[in-house]
Amino acid sequence: MLGLTRKDAILLAIVTVVALLAPFILNPFPTNSGFAQFNAGYPDLMQRFAIFGIFAIGFNILFGLTGYLSFGHAAFLGVGSYAGIWMMKLLTANIIPGIAASIVVAGLFALIVGFISLRRSGIYFAILTLAFAQMSYALAYSVLTPITGGETGLQLKLNDPRVLDGALAPGERAHANLFGLDMTSSIEMHFGAWQFTFNTGYYIAALVLVLAFYLSIRIFRSPFGMMLRAIKSNNTRMTYTGLNARPYALAAFVISGMYAGLAGGLMVAMDTQVGPERMFWTASGEVVLMTILGGAGTLIGPVLGAGLIKYMENIISKINSGILHEWFYWMPDGLEDFVITLVYPFVGKGWHLTLGIVFMLVVIFLPGGLVEGGQRLRRLAQGKRAKKSATQTNPAE
Amino acid sequence: MDAIILQILNGLDKGSAYALIALGLTLIFGTLGVVNFAHGALFMIGAFCAVTVSRILTLSYTTVDETRTDFLGNPMEIEVPYIHNLVGQSAGDFMIDWAVPISILFAIPVMIAIGVIMERGLIKHFYKRPHADQILVTFGLAIVLQEIIKFYYGANPIPTPAPSAFRGSFDFGAFLGLGANSIIYPYWRLVYFAFSLVIIGGVFAFLRYTTFGMVVRAGMADRETVGLLGINIDRKFTIMFGIAAAVAGLAGVMYTPINSPNYHMGMDFLVLSFVVVVVGGMGSLVGAVLAGFLLGILESFASMAAVLETLPGINQIVIYLVAIIILLTRPRGLMGRKGVMEE
Repeated sequence: MLGLTRKDAILLAIVTVVALLAPFILNPFPTNSGFAQFNAGYPDLMQRFAIFGIFAIGFNILFGLTGYLSFGHAAFLGVGSYAGIWMMKLLTANIIPGIAASIVVAGLFALIVGFISLRRSGIYFAILTLAFAQMSYALAYSVLTPITGGETGLQLKLNDPRVLDGALAPGERAHANLFGLDMTSSIEMHFGAWQFTFNTGYYIAALVLVLAFYLSIRIFRSPFGMMLRAIKSNNTRMTYTGLNARPYALAAFVISGMYAGLAGGLMVAMDTQVGPERMFWTASGEVVLMTILGGAGTLIGPVLGAGLIKYMENIISKINSGILHEWFYWMPDGLEDFVITLVYPFVGKGWHLTLGIVFMLVVIFLPGGLVEGGQRLRRLAQGKRAKKSATQTNPAE
Repeated sequence: MDAIILQILNGLDKGSAYALIALGLTLIFGTLGVVNFAHGALFMIGAFCAVTVSRILTLSYTTVDETRTDFLGNPMEIEVPYIHNLVGQSAGDFMIDWAVPISILFAIPVMIAIGVIMERGLIKHFYKRPHADQILVTFGLAIVLQEIIKFYYGANPIPTPAPSAFRGSFDFGAFLGLGANSIIYPYWRLVYFAFSLVIIGGVFAFLRYTTFGMVVRAGMADRETVGLLGINIDRKFTIMFGIAAAVAGLAGVMYTPINSPNYHMGMDFLVLSFVVVVVGGMGSLVGAVLAGFLLGILESFASMAAVLETLPGINQIVIYLVAIIILLTRPRGLMGRKGVMEE
């Protein structure tokens, strides 16, 4: 089906179903229960899941397949965002031209950066991409202010030309839309104590995520993907067989830059604003964290990692000492305070600490990320079953 | 002329910090072959050693001074640092004033201990793993360390002044006969520069003239053979890691009066220090130090008003630009050895 093997088709189907049902899956707790703060099914966060999922999938095509560790990938996301918002300011608030421009401009920028950076590999490549990203950040922040809006960034304004759109009625603001479908519009559904929000912006982002995921499966399974893996496993031997690795790596770099641009364009489509901090090197570090945490080189890993990090960022960071006291009120007083002092550094503003520790544990014990963890668990379960059946059937020597 | 001298001087203090951090990074890379992304965090911890010492020295209790009154007419409450009771008033004030230099004594053992624990507890297990894994795990460690500091010291920069004797500025113009007040330069930055030269000289002398240093240099050149000669090279390298951590920490301690320390200062310096190491040549100690000073001075030249007029924004990107050019034209960096991390 769709040129996929049965296994990949099942994976794609699962991702599609989860993406479509996300408003239900992410809101498992009734709104008035104490666990409601663990609900992640609000539009803003769901959009982030999808967008950063796309970003991480793209990063994985470069890092997971070719092994080139780019520490400046946020630059492409930022450049894509700027291209997108300019399209929305000049042409139309419809998101299609904006996203198209994001992909094209980010792709071209990636072509330039990749052409230069791919002359080196290993840590030098990481430093080169980092240097380019930091340069883009510094320039967007200072000299390029007429184009980038400097520190304040860019927003949609009332006096933007928007040549393709009709004039706005007085008092009306331009909304990012898809042929009239407003990105911010949502339908709310109440179901007993539960509340589910279906947001247009999220569903468009989710649709793009599924498409991006499908494309990445095709790339992983294609002869091109095989070439990229060859670069990772043994670049020298590949060269000796008469193949030039550089064009393949460059193609992977550009594709991955275009994914980042797509993510940037979608981000602009959702919140109609950009700032230079989107290109800062910590943003590049974040996508590395996502990919490694989920499992570099696997199909589903980056999406899982992106989801986990964004969930932690938005949910764990909301827990404050008041909520902790609510949770542990059943403990004896002294013990309660003790437990809260223990837990407190890891939640709320300290969620980065939790992230750092989880990340270190994953790198140390599970180099394949969450996906490897899942596989190990499955093998453990299967191994037990296999052993059991082995004892029953009395193995032939 | 005086503008050029001023820019060179301005570049020296930042260059000193780059050089010290890059020296430690190269030391770790040259001995253990590990790319340490947590090195900036060690610099930051060093700076917070100074903060801690100055806080301990100023720990005080409140007493009532009957001889004086406050503006309401009540007896005035004054804060007396415990150190006054310990060593007497004048000596106590002197110690509080000199908190930053005193922190050096505190920072050396702390940093060496942190370095050794880090190497034995974590880095040791990553020798056989790819460089990407080393980068990632130390990156994670850097996040953890900086979050711990943030939790205990807060997110705001903490001002830590230099001893009052060094708070003024030195009139270089009068000193060089270029006219008074033409080149004004804070004393502490001179101290920092001199300090970094002493540390760099000390590390080089240690490696060059001691038996321990000789063994370490031999180990850097050919680890296996040194091991076969019956020398426990791993232990020596662990100590080198501690020394590299101490160098970064001392750079941080002395940097506090120049820039109030905050929890992310390490990361800010780390990115640039990596560029410095790569420009200097991976594995070359001399290259790292030279590149550190060179890039520091270059950065300050790029922020001259005359330069900014012709090339706006160049001060923000000059280091990265130089790094890109050097990496593309001289792949081994300025003084890199052949065969070290080339591909």
